[in-house]
Amino acid sequence: MPIQTGMAIIHSSGDSQEVNLETQKITSSIGNESGDGATNVQLTSGATLVDRYVIQEVIGVGGMGSVYRARDLHFPSVVKLVAVKEMINRAPDPLVRKTIVQNFEREANILATLNHPSIPRIYDYFSEDNRSYLVLEFIHGKDMEAIINETSGFLTEERVLSWAIELCDVLSYLHTHKPDPIIFRDMKPSNVMVNTTDHIILVDFGIAKPFQVGQKGTMIGTEGYSPPEQYRGEAGLLADIYALGATIHHALSRRDPRLEPPFSFAERPLRKINTAISAELDAVIDTALQYNPEDRFHNAEAMKEALIAAGRKTGILNRVSGTTASVQVSGGIKPLWFFQCEDEIRGAPLNYNGAVFIGSYDHNLYSLNPADGKLNWKYATDGGIVTRPAAYEGDIFVGSEDQRLHVVNARTGKVNWTYYTEGRVHSSPRIAEGHVFFGSDDQHLHAVNLLSGRAVWSFETAAPVRSTPFVANDTVFAGCENGDFYCVDFRGELKWHYKAKMAVTSSPYVADGVVYFGALDGSLFALDARAGWVIWRFRMGKGSISSPYETDGLVFIGSADGNIYAVDAHTAKEVWRFKTEHQVSSSPVVYKDAVYCGSADGNLYCLEARTGRLRWKFATKGPITGSPLVYDDIVYVGSTDHFLYTLLA
Amino acid sequence: MKAFFDRLHHRKTKPLTRIDVSTVPLSGEQFEGESMRPPRVEPQQLISGCGQSIGKQRDHNEDCLFTFAVTMGGEAHNSPLGLYIVADGMGGHQYGEIASSTAVRTMANFLLKRFHTYLINPAEGMDEPLQEMMRAAIDEAQRAVTQAAPGSGTTLTAALVLGQQLTIGHVGDSRACALRLDGRVDVLTRDHSLVKRLEELGQISSEEAAGHPQRNVLYRALGQGEVLEPDIFTTPFPQPGYLLMCSDGLWSVLPDDHMFEIVNTSPNLHIACQNLITAANDAGGPDNITAILVQLIGQ
Repeated sequence: MPIQTGMAIIHSSGDSQEVNLETQKITSSIGNESGDGATNVQLTSGATLVDRYVIQEVIGVGGMGSVYRARDLHFPSVVKLVAVKEMINRAPDPLVRKTIVQNFEREANILATLNHPSIPRIYDYFSEDNRSYLVLEFIHGKDMEAIINETSGFLTEERVLSWAIELCDVLSYLHTHKPDPIIFRDMKPSNVMVNTTDHIILVDFGIAKPFQVGQKGTMIGTEGYSPPEQYRGEAGLLADIYALGATIHHALSRRDPRLEPPFSFAERPLRKINTAISAELDAVIDTALQYNPEDRFHNAEAMKEALIAAGRKTGILNRVSGTTASVQVSGGIKPLWFFQCEDEIRGAPLNYNGAVFIGSYDHNLYSLNPADGKLNWKYATDGGIVTRPAAYEGDIFVGSEDQRLHVVNARTGKVNWTYYTEGRVHSSPRIAEGHVFFGSDDQHLHAVNLLSGRAVWSFETAAPVRSTPFVANDTVFAGCENGDFYCVDFRGELKWHYKAKMAVTSSPYVADGVVYFGALDGSLFALDARAGWVIWRFRMGKGSISSPYETDGLVFIGSADGNIYAVDAHTAKEVWRFKTEHQVSSSPVVYKDAVYCGSADGNLYCLEARTGRLRWKFATKGPITGSPLVYDDIVYVGSTDHFLYTLLA
Repeated sequence: MKAFFDRLHHRKTKPLTRIDVSTVPLSGEQFEGESMRPPRVEPQQLISGCGQSIGKQRDHNEDCLFTFAVTMGGEAHNSPLGLYIVADGMGGHQYGEIASSTAVRTMANFLLKRFHTYLINPAEGMDEPLQEMMRAAIDEAQRAVTQAAPGSGTTLTAALVLGQQLTIGHVGDSRACALRLDGRVDVLTRDHSLVKRLEELGQISSEEAAGHPQRNVLYRALGQGEVLEPDIFTTPFPQPGYLLMCSDGLWSVLPDDHMFEIVNTSPNLHIACQNLITAANDAGGPDNITAILVQLIGQ
């Protein structure tokens, strides 16, 4: 039995009598079925109640009965519409039945004394057989939950703020009601009607329902808007303040608190979800949502004043457009040194044996001194280099658009051997178990022996392989430009393959038996590395050629939609996203507790890995498409502005 | 690259650590514990045991359980498949047992239908992500429970094992736990109970939680409310070790180390489950008790 549906509690301070009147939940299917189907029949349209109200249609269904739209026949020359709420008394015990009716009548009496523009007027109440009815003002409009759901994108701060102020006003009216304050106890978007002139009306003051204490065993509690003290049965006026905060939070964030753990608003900061929200309004909602009642506003009037002050400060209430929150930029990040190539840098650097290696589209592989950026040597290939070099036992391996893999002495820059493919090499070499693995536009995945420089096998694929292979547990993983994704064993035989809808240029990353990769169709995939089962798929706004990186249960990846994403590796839930100004083709790397990633907007971003909060960014003069390298607290990143930069991490 | 090799190497040669390392001859109990682990098995397969009891204080059983496993030997890419479900119908609700059995049957039917084609013809593969399949199955169960027993509710914890990967769908306070051979018991699921939430927020201590009068209040359950957000996640199957799935009738009365001790000293999974049930009843048996133990064996 639900123990926390909405209740209007009337505190009688004098005789400590407390009347629990549980409101009917129009939007909920939670019911108390007696098993006697005949008593549960809804009224059909055309039925007439007490010779006065002609039922037109059902507009809501609750646990105790339905809500109907009806026409009042006492006004024959005009169509006067009313809302008729029904309560079917199913209690078998005569005493309980009597109590239910008494509570119902008492509540109707109380509602009849209320007079406020945001509270529906009550015209009548009566009982027929085992049913009781309330006749209420019919409101032309929609409930706030429907408005939230039907709106694409966020509701404006201005609109929600004006609703919030009106809601504070009506709460203040109820809370200061004489002789006894009234606690609404069921504030949530579905209980707030927004009429055609965009004013709010609080509905569902309710039909009495006996409060049944759950029997032994497991019971059901809340639904997300209620404050902690409501579970202890201690809800006072400040419970409404919390629920109002939750309602506004839902309206502004579009995150339904019923889908989240209770009391988790602090884990979903408003301005992280909806960056257009002003810090002022955010602070008001935060106060309303404090865990301890004494930390919230002390009454609805105080919250209303705070909302008005926030609106004035941001200019929203003065009809001046609000200032949008801007990302903090910490300037003054100066490179330790930079090195200029003759053309764009599109690949990633390597640090090996006291030197930094970087390939450029100017055909050269450069060896630089990491202390001052002085050139050690450069080695010219016959094509642009867009790959990341790899190292093994004193040799540097690098692929070039001249169709070759070049193996160069790390110290001298003299070539040891080269390996020819029949297509451009955009895939970076991966070294494992005495072999180097890489893909080529010749539609093959190549495995070459490190000592002999000879091919051990080449695996034919359906399209060019530009993704960098990953090697784990004696298997090689790589994506392909037609969307095929391959898992090949060390003999060059296919173990399994998966077909994505569009190209997999993104390089795979394997951790804990799961292989992660992005695709141009906008998906980030997690596949079982052993058998190729799709475990989950995370959808990004646009395609991705960025390569994922997994650490501590988070998967990081960039997307052409401009975002850098952090996704929970186990649940595929987005943990955060950071919006850059342009496509993110660069691949994120994690060093200590920070994520480093470039963007086509020219910036290198340093973000907190857990939260996605910006620590700093560094602007270059061209898009950054390659991945940064972080080594010994120093970040190396190349840009299409021809420069390799080194920064302090 | 070096880090990569280190990791690869590390993973391959990581020794199994055991707390009960001893140089004296094994006791009878220890020996039985050892003998539970089959020496070498091919092909890789899932074995399981299960147990259920009404408990000592209830007059009817509202728990429901389901186990299913398939092995296909002789195939190059053989992956064992298993499905294990525990559901605990709401006490105090009418039709609690209908809710739990409807949830379990609907879920099992939905998932096994999806896998039927694959089992007959593995070459066709399956494109639908496992987690999305699990989500669809829970939505289906939610619809079925709402129809079959309106106003009732049930917990639902389902474990789909495919190869090494364990995908769990979870609503409520039944649990899936990983029992490791060194005695560690990791609770994989998060209880959707009010008291657990208060504990997570640091508002009450775990001792206060254990005796809390509202410890049975759930904030999420199947059949309750229009919106449902199940927890769905994938994690490697505890190997070596066991997957334990149980209702709160077991975990609320048996401490983790006691559970591990019972499993570790039982000769096989079936008896281990019966011993767990007996221990929960000996501890008072305040609620219905359900337990499933699963082991992934072989290469």
